[in-house]
Amino acid sequence: MTLSSYIFGVVSAVLVLIVVIELLRRRHLRERHAIWWFIAGLFALVAGLFPTTLAWAASLVGIEVPINLIFFASIAILFLVCLQHSSELTQLEAKTRTLAERVAILELQVKGQDARSGDDER
Amino acid sequence: MTDTLIVMPAFNEEASVGDVVREVFEKLPNAHVLVVDDGSSDATTQAAQDAGAKVATLPFNLGVGGAMRTGFRYALECGYHNVIQIDADGQHDPASVPDLLRELASADLVLGARFAGHGDYEVRGPRRWAMRVLAGILSRTSGTLLTDTTSGFRASGPRAVALFAEHYPAEYLGDTIEALVIASRSGLVVRQVPVVMRVRAGGVPSHNPFKSAAYLGRASLALLFAYIRPKSTYLVGKRA
Repeated sequence: MTLSSYIFGVVSAVLVLIVVIELLRRRHLRERHAIWWFIAGLFALVAGLFPTTLAWAASLVGIEVPINLIFFASIAILFLVCLQHSSELTQLEAKTRTLAERVAILELQVKGQDARSGDDER
Repeated sequence: MTDTLIVMPAFNEEASVGDVVREVFEKLPNAHVLVVDDGSSDATTQAAQDAGAKVATLPFNLGVGGAMRTGFRYALECGYHNVIQIDADGQHDPASVPDLLRELASADLVLGARFAGHGDYEVRGPRRWAMRVLAGILSRTSGTLLTDTTSGFRASGPRAVALFAEHYPAEYLGDTIEALVIASRSGLVVRQVPVVMRVRAGGVPSHNPFKSAAYLGRASLALLFAYIRPKSTYLVGKRA
């Protein structure tokens, strides 16, 4: 590994972490959404700083080419985040639906009361 | 009749909803009618109001399931005991409502069935086979013979209204098939009575085998998940 590729790896990981932390700091990202990106950034940083840990981890699970562990971990994290988003989307849809139903009923009741109070005044 | 609410889900039905509401009032003079306008882009709300119905207007389209849950919630909040669902396209004859209500005395959910001897409505080909398979499975679950499980003409008693106000399913086909499974798994008594079904004003039932296969597939999926869902999903009185 050349020095430049080493620096490139470390800088990329640090950038990811900075972006995640900055978004968290400004409340543009909730903790439960940030956690996966944070873990991914941490892994990238460790693997970038100490490339031997990557080779060790790969041999531990029986992967011959260490880079394949990176691919596997990346895809796994992206997959999980996607699944989390689908699940949250479902929950949001259910909440929106409940709100729409409540609004329709409330609107009907408010209109009914308006009509009734209108009758009283007359 | 005053403790019964007739709920009519309507999506872009301005042409027929007024006449259907007027027919209900004509055949059931004391009826209370709630039309749920399911986010229509036409004058459904206005047409229903002009005919004398109460109208709940959903801000956007939720499907029959969402419209019906609105009706069940409204019935629960306003103290109605029973809810009767009637389609806004004029397919169901309001004259059959007393039959449904009579059966409701000994049941929680009563379906108005098309194939039970009355009327001249008929579905043929693969779609009919698909509906038969579904009817067989659902008959076993509910412990009563059901021949027309996708009928939208149904009456719900107090226990069913409380259950459906919270758990009426929103998915495609959920409002008919899944609702039956939910009712059966919650221990409600399901019955069916024969009713006369009229030909829809517009549209022809599909005889395309691919569409029928897709229909059966989606229905099976809806059924499968309705069965394997944890029973605690359907608890009443605990808002998720």
